[in-house]
Amino acid sequence: MNDGARLAAADRSARVRHADRAARFVADAGQTDWHDAVLWRIRGKRDAAAGRVEGWERLRALASEIKEHTLSRLDEYLAAFEEAATANGAQVHWAADADAHNRIVRDVLRARGVRRVVKSKSMLTEECGLNPYLEARGFEVVDTDLGERIVQLREEPPSHLVAPAIHVRKEEIAALFHEKLGTPADADDPRLLAAAMREDLRARFLAADAAITGVNFAVASTGALVLVTNEGNADLGAHLAPAHIACMGIEKLIPKPEHLGVFLRLLARSATGQPLSVYTSYFCRPPPGRELHIVLVDNGRSRRLAQPDFRAALKCIRCGACLNTCPVYRRSGGHSYGATPSGPIGAILAPGMDMKRYASLPFASSLCGSCSDVCPVKIDIHAQLHRWRQVAAREGYVAWPKRWGMRVAGWIVRSPRRYRLAGRLARAWLRHAPRRLRYGSWNAWGRARELPRVPDRSFGEWYAAERGKK
Amino acid sequence: MKVGLFAPCYIDQFYPQAAVATLELLERLGCDVAYPRGQTCCGQPMANAGCAPAAEAAHRHVAACFEGFDYVVGPSGSCVLHLREHVEGAPDARYYELCQFLVEVLQVERLDAAFACRVGLHASCHGLRGLRLARASERQEPPFDYVAYLLDMVDGVERVPLDRPDECCGFGGMFAIEEEAVSVRMGADRLADHLRQRVEVITGTDMSCLMHLEGLIRRRNLPLRVLHVAEILNGSGEARNG
Repeated sequence: MNDGARLAAADRSARVRHADRAARFVADAGQTDWHDAVLWRIRGKRDAAAGRVEGWERLRALASEIKEHTLSRLDEYLAAFEEAATANGAQVHWAADADAHNRIVRDVLRARGVRRVVKSKSMLTEECGLNPYLEARGFEVVDTDLGERIVQLREEPPSHLVAPAIHVRKEEIAALFHEKLGTPADADDPRLLAAAMREDLRARFLAADAAITGVNFAVASTGALVLVTNEGNADLGAHLAPAHIACMGIEKLIPKPEHLGVFLRLLARSATGQPLSVYTSYFCRPPPGRELHIVLVDNGRSRRLAQPDFRAALKCIRCGACLNTCPVYRRSGGHSYGATPSGPIGAILAPGMDMKRYASLPFASSLCGSCSDVCPVKIDIHAQLHRWRQVAAREGYVAWPKRWGMRVAGWIVRSPRRYRLAGRLARAWLRHAPRRLRYGSWNAWGRARELPRVPDRSFGEWYAAERGKK
Repeated sequence: MKVGLFAPCYIDQFYPQAAVATLELLERLGCDVAYPRGQTCCGQPMANAGCAPAAEAAHRHVAACFEGFDYVVGPSGSCVLHLREHVEGAPDARYYELCQFLVEVLQVERLDAAFACRVGLHASCHGLRGLRLARASERQEPPFDYVAYLLDMVDGVERVPLDRPDECCGFGGMFAIEEEAVSVRMGADRLADHLRQRVEVITGTDMSCLMHLEGLIRRRNLPLRVLHVAEILNGSGEARNG
C-alpha cells in the first residue's frame, strides 16, 4: 500500500467531522468563490434545460412513481432481470456486500488471466473500494473518465458524482499531468491537457484485458444495461476488451424499456443541463467470443428497503443535481463529507452505511430543501436529513452538551413562567454583560457576527402593558 | 374571524416590533386578534437538533394555547411550517405564516402603507419550499411570490431583483453555530448580492434569517438594514426609516 492509500484507509475508519473539514475548505476564499460559481452555473444550465421540457414537474412525479413501484417489487424484477440477462448470454453474479462484490470481480479477472483493467465511472465500485482491493492484488486498474483519472492520479476519492475532479484547478491539473504524463511544465491549456490524457488512455484501452463499467439503468424485462457517458469511455472499454464486467446496485432496475424515455429525459438535464449525454449505450448481449458479467450488489440496500423513513433514497439516479444546488456543498467541497457520494444525497446514504463515522453529515445542512426540489426522482432529501438527525441523537451520536441543552430548553418552554424568566435573564445578560464575556471563545455565533440588540420589553410584556386591559 | 397571534420565542424576546406590527396589521385588516399569553416556543430548535422527544411538550403546549381559534397566524415561515408538520392534531389549514394568511385567507388587494426604500427580499427557505410562499427558482412552474405581491402594494417600495433570488442565507438554527464557517460564508454571499444591487433594506418573512444577516451587517459595518416584512406592510417601517 502506498502512502496515499494508507492515509485513505486510516481516514476511512475515523469519524467525519464535516464542520471542521468544511471550515478548512471555506478558509480558502478564492477556491470557495470558484467552486461555488462553477456549480451554480451548472445549476443554472439545469434550470434552463428543465424549463424547456413541457411538464417537467409531471415528469419528475412519473419517474418517482416508476422507481417506487420498482422498489416495491424489487425481488420480482431482479429475478426477471437475471432470467432475461442470462438468456442474453450474460453471466449474472449476486453480491451481498462490498467484500463479496470485490471477490466476484477478482475471481472473474483471475479466471481469465487478466492483469490490466480499464474502468469507467461507477459510484458503486467507489462505494465498495474496488480499486484499492484490486491494486493490492496485483491488478492494474485505470479509470478512464477524465475526471476520475485525475482523482485517481491524485490518489484521492471523487468529490462530485458527475464531475469527480471539480475541486481541482486547471493549474493543479497541469502540474499533475506534467509529472505523470510528461506534458510541458507550463502547459495549462485544457485542450492540450485533454489531448495528452486521450493519448495516454488510448494505449491503455488497447492493452486492457477487461473493462469494468457501472450501470445507469438495468431493464428488467429485457436484461439490458444502459450506460450514459460524455466521453464514450465506457463504450470504448467495453467494446475493445474481451470481457466486460458491469457492476450495479440492485436499485438500478427499471421495469421496461419504455421507462427509459422518462429517465433519460431527466438524467442529463438534471446533471449538466444537456438534453442527453453524448453517449447513451444499450448493452444487451455479449459479442461472439466475449464475456459479459453483471454483478448485482446489495451492500445495505435491502436493509434500507425495509426502512420506510429512508427507502426513498434508493430512487437516486446519481445525477448530482442536489450537490450543485446545495449551498453548503458548494461552499464546503465534496471531500468535506468523507463519503462517496458526497453532498445531500451522500448525507442521507452514508449514515445508513456507518452511523458512527457519518453522524455529522445529517447536520451539515441548513435544511433549505432545494435538494428535494431539484431531485428528478423526488427524493425527500431534506426530510430524510431531519429524520437521520433523530436517529443520530437516539443512538448517542449527538454530543451530550447539545443533548442536555435541548432537554433543558424543552423543560423551560413547557412552562410559560420558566420561559419568561429565561427570556428576561437572557435579555439582561445580552444587555449588561461585558463584551468580552458575551463574545468569549465559547460563542461560535459571535466569532463573525454580532448578537442581536435586545429590547427592554418582550412582546409579551408589551402586550400585557398596552393591551392587558382590553 | 378569531385569529390567534403566534409570536415565536425569539421574536417575542428579541424582535417584539415584528409581533407588534403583525398584530396591528391584522387588526387593521379587520381580524379579531388575541395573543394567548402562555405561549412559549414551537419546539423547532429541539426537533432540528435531532432531539424531537424534547420538543413534544412544546408541541402539546402550543396546541393547547391555540385551541378554539379559527386561525393561528405568526410572523415566521419557519416556525409555522414546524407547527404544520409536527403539532399533533393540528389541521393543516389553521396555522398560517402572516403573508400567506394575507394572500390566501384575507385575499388582501391593497394596503395602506408607505415605505420609500430600495428593498431586497430575502426568501426564507422554510416559507419558500415548505409553505410555498413563492415559486422556488428550481421549480418549473409559473412564477408567483406572495411576499413580493404584498410589498408591491406598499407606496414607495422599490423592490430590487437579486442575482440569486432564493439562495439560503445559512442561518439554519443550530447550523449557524455548528457549521459556523459555512454559515457565515453563506450569509456573506447573500449580503454581497444585496450590496451589488444597492439594496438599502433587506426584508423577509423570517426574523431568524434576518438576525443572522444583521449580525454580519453590524460586525462588518455594511450599509444595509434588516426589517421584518410585517413592519413594512404595516407601515411601521416608515417611522423607523432613517
